[in-house]
Parts: sequence; structure tokens; C-alpha cells
Amino acid sequence: MSHLTDLPAWAAIAVCGLLLMGAAMTLIGSIGLLRLPTFYDRLHAPTITTSGGTILVCFASMLCFAVLQSRWIFHEVLIIVFITVTTPVTLMLLGQASLYRHRFEKPQDVPLKQGPHAEKDRE
Amino acid sequence: MTELAILWSILLAQVMLALAMAFALYRIVKGPHAQDRVLGLDALYINAMLMLVAFGVRTANTVYFETALIIALLGFVSSIAFAKFLMRGEIIE
Repeated sequence: MSHLTDLPAWAAIAVCGLLLMGAAMTLIGSIGLLRLPTFYDRLHAPTITTSGGTILVCFASMLCFAVLQSRWIFHEVLIIVFITVTTPVTLMLLGQASLYRHRFEKPQDVPLKQGPHAEKDRE
Repeated sequence: MTELAILWSILLAQVMLALAMAFALYRIVKGPHAQDRVLGLDALYINAMLMLVAFGVRTANTVYFETALIIALLGFVSSIAFAKFLMRGEIIE
């Protein structure tokens, strides 16, 4: 009927498991984004779980089309590389921007700067 | 039989991803600070990208995977631009 009928049973089970695990991991990350109390807690939840979920879902897709040999699986490899490289950069930059704004708005809530330039910035 | 199992698990995965997108959208609408909204947007585009990959597994259409790749790239650029804007008030200095 469709391309999925040609898939052998072991590959189908593995694809199902990887897809469901990836989607569940992403859902857990989004629940963390919804429920955690402060921004710095919320920053960690979606970033780490979305990269894991992306890897699992793309592995499912790669396994499916590698067994079927019906299309080239280069797209998934590129998606995994881009997401794993870019997500930590987003986390770091957003965290820095948020800390900068927080320090500007409510300096009493944020710990002071550490390091060699701390004394100069504090004045 | 295997086709039925895989179609149902794709459907279930898509329902979970849609729920995750709804949570991210809630964080965009509600978010107390601007940075919460940017983070919600980041989570939203990655969830949308995974949804497109799930559609691609279902239909074996290459267009879905190319769309997912473009979303992954442009979403990263937009998140970086937003973070830069939050930090400096301007994007290109």
C-alpha cells in the first residue's frame, strides 16, 4: 500500500520506540518550560530536551529510510548537526542577555560579577 | 500490521509534539519577561520542526525534510537576533 508496509518488523518496532521516546522527551521539556518557577530554571528544560528529542526523532527517520533505501538520509544528519551545535549557543546567549537585563533592572536580586574586571564594573 | 503500528505511533508522537507546541505557545503569550517569550519561540520552532520530520516519516516526501532543515537554520538565526536585541537594544552594531 504505502512505503511503510515494506518495513520489516524489527525496524518498525525500533522506529516506533525512537519516535515515541523523542516526542515524549520533547513534551517533558515543554512541560518544564511551562511549570518551572524562574527564568533561569526554565532556560534549561527546553534546550537540553529538544536536542535529545531531535536526535531520537531523526534517528527514527534515518533508520526507517535506511532500511527501506527509498531516499537519501542526509537531511536528518544535517538537522542533528545544526540542532546540537546551535542549541547550546542559544542557551548561553539568552542566559547572558537575561542576566544583563536582570542586573540592570534589579541589581539587588542578582549575585555580583566575579572575575578580574568585577571591581571596575561595580563602580 | 507493522504499518498500522507505525502509523499509530506517528500519530501519538504528533499529538505529544502538538501538546509541547501548545505549552510553548502558552509561554509566549503569558511569559512574564521578554526573554521568556524568546525562549518559548525557540522551543516552538524546534517542536514544529520535529512535527515536520514526523510528517516526513509518514509520507516519505523529501520536501518535509528540507522544510525542517530550513526551519532549524532560520530559527537559530532568529533566536540569536532576539537574544542580541535583548542584550543591546540593537542587532547590528
